[in-house]
Amino acid sequence: MSIPTDLKFAESHEWIRVEGDVATVGISDHAQAELTDIVFAEPPQPGRKATAGETIAIVESVKAASDIYSPVSGEVLEGNSALDSTPSLLNTDPYGEGWIYKIKLSDPTELAALKTPEQYQAQIS
Amino acid sequence: MKRTPLYQKHLDAKGRVVDFAGWEMPVQYTSILDEHQIVRTQVGMFDISHMGEFFVSGPGVTAWLDGLLTNRVAALAEGHGHYTLMLNETGGVIDDLIVYRLAAESYLLIVNAAKIEEDSAWVQAHLPPGIHFDNASDRYAAIAVQGPNAAEIYAKLFGESLPAKNRLVTSGSSFAGITGYTGEEGFELFVPTTETESLWDQLLALGVKPCGLGARDTLRLEMAYPLNGSDLSPERTPLEAGLGFFVDLEKGDFIGKSRLLAQKQNGVAVRLAAIQVLDKAPPIRSHYPVVVGNKIISETTSGALSPSLGYGIAMAYLPTELAKVGQEVAIDVRGKQYRAQVVKKPFYRPANR
Repeated sequence: MSIPTDLKFAESHEWIRVEGDVATVGISDHAQAELTDIVFAEPPQPGRKATAGETIAIVESVKAASDIYSPVSGEVLEGNSALDSTPSLLNTDPYGEGWIYKIKLSDPTELAALKTPEQYQAQIS
Repeated sequence: MKRTPLYQKHLDAKGRVVDFAGWEMPVQYTSILDEHQIVRTQVGMFDISHMGEFFVSGPGVTAWLDGLLTNRVAALAEGHGHYTLMLNETGGVIDDLIVYRLAAESYLLIVNAAKIEEDSAWVQAHLPPGIHFDNASDRYAAIAVQGPNAAEIYAKLFGESLPAKNRLVTSGSSFAGITGYTGEEGFELFVPTTETESLWDQLLALGVKPCGLGARDTLRLEMAYPLNGSDLSPERTPLEAGLGFFVDLEKGDFIGKSRLLAQKQNGVAVRLAAIQVLDKAPPIRSHYPVVVGNKIISETTSGALSPSLGYGIAMAYLPTELAKVGQEVAIDVRGKQYRAQVVKKPFYRPANR
């Protein structure tokens, strides 16, 4: 799967898609391929305040639990409830139906610190 | 780190290699869930070359082994094997193993990879003159073939039908033990390291899918088969682990017996319980707290989200009065409690068996 060009990435493999002051966050195709067989996801609750870099969600494969770190600070607007019944969306459509949460940005300047798709591609190659 | 003779085969099959008890072993090839399913519905194979092979022989070997192992060795006919345990002086488990009788005074022991050194040292420390001990672990590799289609594979490989469970077939310096760790029909082939790659290729050509240790773990846990180091330990006896079936307290003395006799008489304080998670929950793993009435009473020794059943399963040593089928407990995952209850073992019964 190629890396969508409208995203930015955290070094810890989360992607973020920004529209106005709202961002959608998920994990990269590379991350899901490394985790394989995701069987459980715990997206954050609406209203949760997040600081960039802190643990915001957990995804679990058959073998291991992995923390998901919020790439940006802000307030969670929505967790992806589809992941409750179908956590495998994280494997099958990581950049689409497998999104994890939407967050209202409190400090858009943080985005500058994130990686471009090219930089992320270089990181994982 | 050690590698089995099949290391390159694992890389060729895109296996994801991890450290397992000091060995570089494939945890999965494509997907643990897929590999689990293949063994439950078709047939898969596992590299189990890391396991240990000990040959013991000599006059009086049967009586000596009966003093070292819990099950009755003397009851084994030639070409038969059984599951057994080797205990320390206080009845705790050093290892669980399979012993096969090769001839009147000759045996093959299959021991856990992580315990080869310890087992070997223990056996040799108790070795009487005249008994020959050979740790052949470095000269032998092994492949387990498991699944409802395993009998078909056996027939194609050897031109004979699959022998009964627990039989051992000898061919030159190779062995086929009719056993497994998945609950499915199957066999384990123990072959000299030089012959392992060709055997693997032969099995591949017959359509047997390579499966990793990840699936091996979920398959064994669905059967509530214990894993030494997780569910068994030097602090726990086989009676506490619910393995009394493999302990013969009627036979003569064996190491650990006095403790087991006392436990049999007074009852065990804890029992290894099978626990089914009732709530939708994250996969249970080892060392998660088990809670009753807001009090932590134990921790899980193993756990998984059962691929066959779709719910969480775990094992834990619980106080005997709480280890009864139907007992409600909770399992704590990251501070959140999920309802669960003690159930009968195994969790899963293969459809065809």
